[in-house]
Amino acid sequence: MSDNREYFYRRLHSLLGVIPVGIFLVQHLIVNNFARYGAESFNRAAAFMENLPFRYFLEVFVIFLPLLFHAIYGVYIAFTAKNNVSRFGFFRNWMFYLQRITGIITLIFVVWHAWETRFATAINGTEVNFALMQGILENPFMLGFYIVGVVSAVFHFANGLWSFAVSWGITVTPRSQVVFTYISLFIFVALSYISISTLFAFITTQG
Amino acid sequence: MSEGKTVTLIIKRQDGPDSTSYTEEFNIPYRENMNVISALMEIRRNPVNAKGEKTTPVYWEMGCLEEVCGACSMNINGKPRQACTALIDQLEQPIRLEPMSTFPVVRDLAVDRSRMFDSLKRVKAWIPIDGTYDLGPGPRMPETKRQWAYELSKCMTCGVCLEACPNVNSKSNFIGPAPLSQVRLFNAHPTGAYHKKERMETIMGDGGLANCGNSQNCVQSCPKGIPLTTSIAALNREATVQSFKSFFGSDYNV
Repeated sequence: MSDNREYFYRRLHSLLGVIPVGIFLVQHLIVNNFARYGAESFNRAAAFMENLPFRYFLEVFVIFLPLLFHAIYGVYIAFTAKNNVSRFGFFRNWMFYLQRITGIITLIFVVWHAWETRFATAINGTEVNFALMQGILENPFMLGFYIVGVVSAVFHFANGLWSFAVSWGITVTPRSQVVFTYISLFIFVALSYISISTLFAFITTQG
Repeated sequence: MSEGKTVTLIIKRQDGPDSTSYTEEFNIPYRENMNVISALMEIRRNPVNAKGEKTTPVYWEMGCLEEVCGACSMNINGKPRQACTALIDQLEQPIRLEPMSTFPVVRDLAVDRSRMFDSLKRVKAWIPIDGTYDLGPGPRMPETKRQWAYELSKCMTCGVCLEACPNVNSKSNFIGPAPLSQVRLFNAHPTGAYHKKERMETIMGDGGLANCGNSQNCVQSCPKGIPLTTSIAALNREATVQSFKSFFGSDYNV
């Protein structure tokens, strides 16, 4: 770290969180929402995503590598902070703290989720479909784990967009930062609705 | 009316930089319009703790006594602020005094803020007016801009923002909000802008601008109301532009 790389790494971390990881997250949550239209609809969407051209290239360069960097460097960032919300209970300080907590929860969730629905299925040759997800989510513990994981990810993304806008000098004035807080809140609520309705669609719809 | 009333202070003390800390309680006679400094002076006048034992006087730093020098910063009831403007009447008792935890303790409540002064040197927080020949009066600054810059110039390097910042600690090398805002101040000055590129290069290095985590505790805690987070965001924009220009354009110099 002695060769002035820190600035570059931090900015890269901020960028990758939004492009491509954040964009992938939104896409993933919306496509999965096909579950609300029933098993057949979801399976068709999943098959479409699975059969995209250059699938492995896209997975490696749009998802895995950026996510890996963002996650590893993010853990380093989270553990260099000395949180002080008990002494300084300001709104933004809470957001700072929650951003780090949700980051860690999201990492645990994503590792599990990627193993369960991508790697393990690839190794065992299991088909990734509606029935697989239904099987996972019928377990109340797993449903709870998925809800916590997904809401953490969505919070981390929405609040991360806010810090992205500050870190790149888009929102400079306090006024623009306040307005962006409301926008990020809206994004958090909207994406939470989309993802939780997807999760419940798996257990309420007949496969 | 105030006869017999006492003020209780619980002070975190430390005999030297490497000694272990301990707390000592003091009960001192109340006087009207006391501040934390006058309470500490009372202890110095009669260094007897709450148990009635004679002890060493509590050591602290002070200078201006009107919140412009920053020397008497300490944690008062958990909040970093200046002891001179902390009025006893407005504080909940017992009043807990502790040295700021971000800085090495010299003795008792006095801390060593050298790291801040070193950061100011690193970011060239000055205006170059000395040369081998007379540089003349320099360009004038528009009055509106001068008023704006005056707000940033109120920084007294007191260390409160560094104490409040969760990213300034022993595990990180972040220089903290105060020197960053000074970069914005000196870059805005027509002559100070001579060093703009060097300043930007410094804060775009290790422990610089990018280490800000946007907790915004600094702007909430700053005793002078300096718009620290606006400065940081403005520098972020400047840094974004500078990195694009210096990467894609070959003749971008200042």
